Amino acid sequence: MSVVRLSHVGKTYSNGTVALGGVSLDVRAGEFLSLVGPSGCGKSTVLRLIAGLGELSSGHIDWPGATGLDAAAGHGIGFVFQEPTLMPWASVFANVMLPLRLKGVARDQAAPRVAAALAQVGLDGFAGAYPRQLSGGMKMRVSIARALVTEPRLLLMDEPFAALDEITRFKLNNDLLELWREHRWTVVFVTHSVYESVYLSNRIVVMAAHPGRVVADLAIDAPYPRDEAFRTSTAYNGFCRTVSATLQQAMAA
Amino acid sequence: MIGTTRAPPEIEAAPAAATLGAGPLQIVMPIAIGLVILGVWEAAVRLYDVPVYILPGPLLILTTLVTDWSSLFQALLITLQVTVSAFLMAALGGGVLAIVFSRSRWIELSLYPYAVILQVTPIVAIAPLIIIWVKDTYVALLICAWIVAFFPVLSNATLGLSSTDHNLLNLFQLYGASRRQVLWYLRVPSAMPYFLGGLRIAGGLALIGAVVAEFVAGTGGTNTGLAYRILESGYRLQIPRMFAALLLISLTGILIFAALSLLSHLVLRNWHESAVRREN
Ligand SMILES: Nc1ncnc2c1ncn2[C@@H]1O[C@H](COP(=O)(O)OP(=O)(O)O)[C@@H](O)[C@H]1O
Ligand SMILES: [Mg+2]
Repeated sequence: MSVVRLSHVGKTYSNGTVALGGVSLDVRAGEFLSLVGPSGCGKSTVLRLIAGLGELSSGHIDWPGATGLDAAAGHGIGFVFQEPTLMPWASVFANVMLPLRLKGVARDQAAPRVAAALAQVGLDGFAGAYPRQLSGGMKMRVSIARALVTEPRLLLMDEPFAALDEITRFKLNNDLLELWREHRWTVVFVTHSVYESVYLSNRIVVMAAHPGRVVADLAIDAPYPRDEAFRTSTAYNGFCRTVSATLQQAMAA
Repeated sequence: MIGTTRAPPEIEAAPAAATLGAGPLQIVMPIAIGLVILGVWEAAVRLYDVPVYILPGPLLILTTLVTDWSSLFQALLITLQVTVSAFLMAALGGGVLAIVFSRSRWIELSLYPYAVILQVTPIVAIAPLIIIWVKDTYVALLICAWIVAFFPVLSNATLGLSSTDHNLLNLFQLYGASRRQVLWYLRVPSAMPYFLGGLRIAGGLALIGAVVAEFVAGTGGTNTGLAYRILESGYRLQIPRMFAALLLISLTGILIFAALSLLSHLVLRNWHESAVRREN
């Protein structure tokens, strides 16, 4: 069953940039889908349009599972930006509570949900800290907790770990996979790293630029749970080579 | 999620008074230099027998301050009252108008040029008019001080309200925030450092505006402030008294600046670079 379906979605920005020239994409429930492609091929634009940020220029986006109202209001969507995008003046608790606060949830009802979200990302005990006191990886965890606090069905992540060092990124990769297996959400994950996409996803969509379009749709049918052993396996290497080759073709095209 | 993923506790306690209590040397050195200068001043005045009506020594100024305390203090209170009222009105007015500007581009486009005109016209040039037009001298002084103090608040707050992080705006939109929520939960907090910076400038300017207006108003009115004491002492060649009044004005200015810096520090201490001490 599809969670969200993009049909011939085109996006032209007001300055004339054609970011997307007819993208069709069917995001299926429960899958971990990665979008890879060269910089500027419209990956972020796809994610933002799914999230309801910005108007489509052509085509349409359908939400087969949800009522129209649900989808339009962005309910059931969690978004993680490339930067942690935290409010520096607010504590970790207040940052994670933000989506609930905006929906008018009372503080005493929100508190246990915030605590649960923080526990999920391994940050219990940091509720009172301020963003500037945290390392880059911890800020990203806060950002993920904020996306989880509304218990979304669809998690959209735009190069969330790109700015982190490798050790932190691997750790967050593992934690994210574990959360995904636990909760069975649908994840659309944007990355420019072939290795990261293969490690995480069971489906990889490769995009090309000028205009942004889908050029390949690859299944990564290696079993979960995946761990460090998978990272060094020949199967993993094989997938990486295939995706890399496809990406090379996409960039040459 | 997982017990073993606990990140190391990288929390550092928020430093108590970072910008204020910055090392004893920073306090000791200026005081030492001040004392040396005062000593040289006193010595020179005595050594060369400088007449008191040209330049009194610091000790004489201090004694004058003590003997004339009741009348000077009375004057100080009046100047302070004008300054503080004008400052509060400027803070409130500038903040509210900046919010109005941020909500309506049309109002901003129509009114902002007039705010600029008020700002660039020297207050000494308009003060006589205001004092003629407004019967009550106190109100006239208030208006003059307000005019100078208002603009920095308005322009800083306007800048702050339009400097909101774009990603955070997207985030708010994504979670269906209303305009009111965006304003109060996002735009206003992120404008705070700018607004507080504007307040710090406005505090000093309100005092300057009040003093300038008092000078222009001259004898008009029964209750007179410190600036008028200076004028009056000048006419009567009571130069030590003049210096004493001047000293009080300077101290008031310093006090206002320190108070507003403290306010800024207290509001921003948890998050803003300006109030956070870096360890390296
Ligand atoms: N707000 C915008 N206004 C104008 N052009 C934009 C805007 N956002 C993105 N673009 C352009 O659209 C294209 C796709 O951008 P983006 O979706 O950010 O790509 P990616 O995330 O794959 O790097 C790029 O050419 C980019 O310059
Ligand atoms: Mg991008």
